[in-house]
Amino acid sequence: MTPTTSSTTTQSSSPPASRPTSTASPASVASLSSDKMIVFEDVSKFYGEILGVNRVNLQIAPGITSLVGPNGSGKTTLMNLMTGLLKPTSGRICVLGTSPDAPEAIFQKLGYCSQFDSFPRGATAREFIEFYLRVHGYTKQETREMTHSALGRVSLTEAADRKVSAFSKGMRQRVRLAQSIAHNPSVLVLDEPLNGLDPMARAEIIRLFRQLADAGMYLVISSHILHEVDMMSDSVVLLHNGYVVAEGEVRGVRDEIEEHPIQILIRCDRPQVLAARLFEHEQTVEARIHNDRQGLFVKTRQPDDFYLLLNRVIIEQNLQIESVAPVDDDLNAVYQYLITSDGGQTR
Amino acid sequence: MSSTTEIREQSAANMNTANANPSKVNAARASSWSLWTRQTLAVMSLEIKKNFLSRRALLLYLMAGLPLVLLSALALFPPPTDEMGNFSEMSVVYAAIYGGLILRTLIFFGCAWVFMNLFRGEVVDRSLHYYFLAPVRREVLVVGKYLSGLIATIVLFSITTVGSMFIYYFWLFPSESARFFFDGAGASQMLAYLAVTCLACVGYGAVFLLVGLFFRNPIIPALLLYGWEWLNFLLPPLLKKISVIHYLHSLVPVPMSEGPFAVLVEPTPAWISAPSLLLFTGVVLFLASLHIRRMEISYAGD
Repeated sequence: MTPTTSSTTTQSSSPPASRPTSTASPASVASLSSDKMIVFEDVSKFYGEILGVNRVNLQIAPGITSLVGPNGSGKTTLMNLMTGLLKPTSGRICVLGTSPDAPEAIFQKLGYCSQFDSFPRGATAREFIEFYLRVHGYTKQETREMTHSALGRVSLTEAADRKVSAFSKGMRQRVRLAQSIAHNPSVLVLDEPLNGLDPMARAEIIRLFRQLADAGMYLVISSHILHEVDMMSDSVVLLHNGYVVAEGEVRGVRDEIEEHPIQILIRCDRPQVLAARLFEHEQTVEARIHNDRQGLFVKTRQPDDFYLLLNRVIIEQNLQIESVAPVDDDLNAVYQYLITSDGGQTR
Repeated sequence: MSSTTEIREQSAANMNTANANPSKVNAARASSWSLWTRQTLAVMSLEIKKNFLSRRALLLYLMAGLPLVLLSALALFPPPTDEMGNFSEMSVVYAAIYGGLILRTLIFFGCAWVFMNLFRGEVVDRSLHYYFLAPVRREVLVVGKYLSGLIATIVLFSITTVGSMFIYYFWLFPSESARFFFDGAGASQMLAYLAVTCLACVGYGAVFLLVGLFFRNPIIPALLLYGWEWLNFLLPPLLKKISVIHYLHSLVPVPMSEGPFAVLVEPTPAWISAPSLLLFTGVVLFLASLHIRRMEISYAGD
């Protein structure tokens, strides 16, 4: 597991000083040469006149590092820069000693599970992963074995020969995850990897991430779900409007948000029944049925306990759950709270 | 050596080339070539399936099949005039059909459809990033995709060329046509038309691949290019040479009349035309490779 700093480093949301920051402890950073780290040196990206990220300096060590921030904060931009899908306007990026400009070298050691929810038409999960492993240059036999192993790791072996287009959002997410880990990379970049997954699948995938990190992999995960970041990350990078406003140990960020309720949308067949049962428990602060009567908004201050409760209620009431996902708007409020409450000072 | 090991070693070799001794560098280069070949073949096999079996391929089949259907209809329901009644005129009429319909229109738009979609189609489908996230040089992607497009268009339009010739000749004059093809100039004309078809796919394919990479909406540049190619007969000699059709015209076995307003120039000899087209194709693919190295994935707005 990655050693982490003893406190969170925060920066104001105004343009930060261009000093290198690291998600690992100073001791561990010193012991790792730059070809053993993911390094951003004064990286900026502008889309025309629109700011993507500005003057980002980071050194990411092995373990799980989460990029946290509201929509539009620059998480995906950072990930796309790291994987060469975008080119920086200025600055330099180096992933374990390799520039993202050399895809033939970098993707030997890097897998990227992007947010683009699209697949080649008509492909099954197995075909999809095999197609791209063949492009890596592996033989048919190797491709078959690696695909089988990757699908097994995300619990999709049984659905391997079904068309991806018929999959639920959560299953498609897992197919993309399988594709990104199939070639056993040492760096895994995951853009909102838990989106659309049901609670059990989330727990399973988080366990997988933990295993990979414990085996020495670098996992860079973007999320706007702070309690999940809290559960799985060794360190966090908090982004806001394209700037890194805080980075460091998870505990520091968690302390900031403990008192702020998060809102979750549960899409299910009988939201009234679910609401009635959830209200019986103190974890639920507020519940509101969605306008289309196919979902329920719930606010909670104890997401971990709440998800356990939710699993129990689902089983007891035999509810059909389509999705469970935190709601953006309210998380934006969390970030506003986090960023503006004390001017970004360290607690 | 297993390919897994080879891939990793190639990566290591790429990174350490500066410090490696010459024999190791040569070994790494050989290994790179074998890896690139395997990767090109993998890209081709995936793309060929798409080119032949996807929904997009339907339009290509329609274009390739159109002359066969039209000529079959013409053979079944011949026009009342005696234009079709003279075998000696057949090769001139076929040259007009080939030049006007097959070459200038169907092969042109068939290539536009296939090659512009090689990259642009993937951007629209939001699946290009999967290729960009593989450890493959982007130039290899250009070559693999280009070759797959070439196979699809050459196969289909060669069938169109040969099929339309056979339908056209044999349906109306079976015995004369048999003599023409087996004892006369028919076979060599057919081979020449086939060569022109192949070269047209090579040249137009490269141009449209580049157009698909550069333009978000490649229809307009394709139509402008179509106009340029059609108006080629009106252009002054120097400008004529900046077109694909000029070199293809030089290669067709039966010269086509371009009408009373055409600016007449000496046809370029075949030994210059064919290499010029291939050289032009090489330059265009080189430009495409340069562009794709810098290409970013941003599906917004596509």
